[in-house]
Amino acid sequence: MQAAVIVFPASNCDRDAAVALESHTGKPPHMIWHKDTSIPDDVRLVVVPGGFSYGDYLRSGAIAANSPIIQDLKQKADNGLAVLGICNGFQVLTEAGMLPGALMRNANQKFVCRISRLRLANAQTRFTKDYDAKHEIDIPVAHHDGNYFADDETLRRLEGNGQIVFRYTDNPNGSRNDIAGIVNQAGNVLGMMPHPERAIDPLHGGTDGKKLFQSILGSL
Amino acid sequence: MIARVYVGLKPGVLDPQGRTIASSLNDLGFDEVQDATQGKVIELTLENGEPEAVEARVKQMCEKLLANTVIESYRIELDEAEE
Repeated sequence: MQAAVIVFPASNCDRDAAVALESHTGKPPHMIWHKDTSIPDDVRLVVVPGGFSYGDYLRSGAIAANSPIIQDLKQKADNGLAVLGICNGFQVLTEAGMLPGALMRNANQKFVCRISRLRLANAQTRFTKDYDAKHEIDIPVAHHDGNYFADDETLRRLEGNGQIVFRYTDNPNGSRNDIAGIVNQAGNVLGMMPHPERAIDPLHGGTDGKKLFQSILGSL
Repeated sequence: MIARVYVGLKPGVLDPQGRTIASSLNDLGFDEVQDATQGKVIELTLENGEPEAVEARVKQMCEKLLANTVIESYRIELDEAEE
């Protein structure tokens, strides 16, 4: 099972994502530079990692969303390729129009860096099917622009379709409806602000992120 | 030709930075400040052209990159006198 990680200038969770993927697939993911124009055909899962792509210039994720590799990613995701956007990766996916809504400056203006407790809002997705829906999970957050916004109509649609996957139990950033992560309607693209790749080893302080990788990799 | 693009949050979108600016001004004794919004100005230096055509192109730039229309609105000003 071949996975890949996209690398932008100032990505900084790309190697953490690579370690998380390799520990589940047994082989190193392709590291794809943002100037590349196409994702290799053998890739079944693409991670858009956290960081500060392009220094967050203009808006977080805005420049990265227009990079050549994202154009190809968009096309392949339309055809069903599994995509996981974490933190800055979530911002990139919303900016690219692959997920609805936008991530704004945290409501309290502060960079938030701590463990966040999440509720499984939907444990039936390809990314969460190995979780017990009743269990809350602890996943670290580290962001300044994680305040999820979508208009009322979009929120209603997300709620109605079960596209909200994770909710904060203690909303750290002002996100509407406590949203921490969403999937697209087809269910193959997940974006989330918390960092599951930072919760896969006991030395991380917790391993609640493992089941996300297990779920999605097991579904492929 | 210069085009100035003013990008700001849409009405109804919470603007925490604007709110913080307003409350800070209140703290400084400017009690008349009721609200503040913060945006950005992007100044583009462009080849000269027909204003209508130039504006249409700048509008495309806004839609594609300069503004995130999920949360932001924009306004374009052309200044033909400036080089």
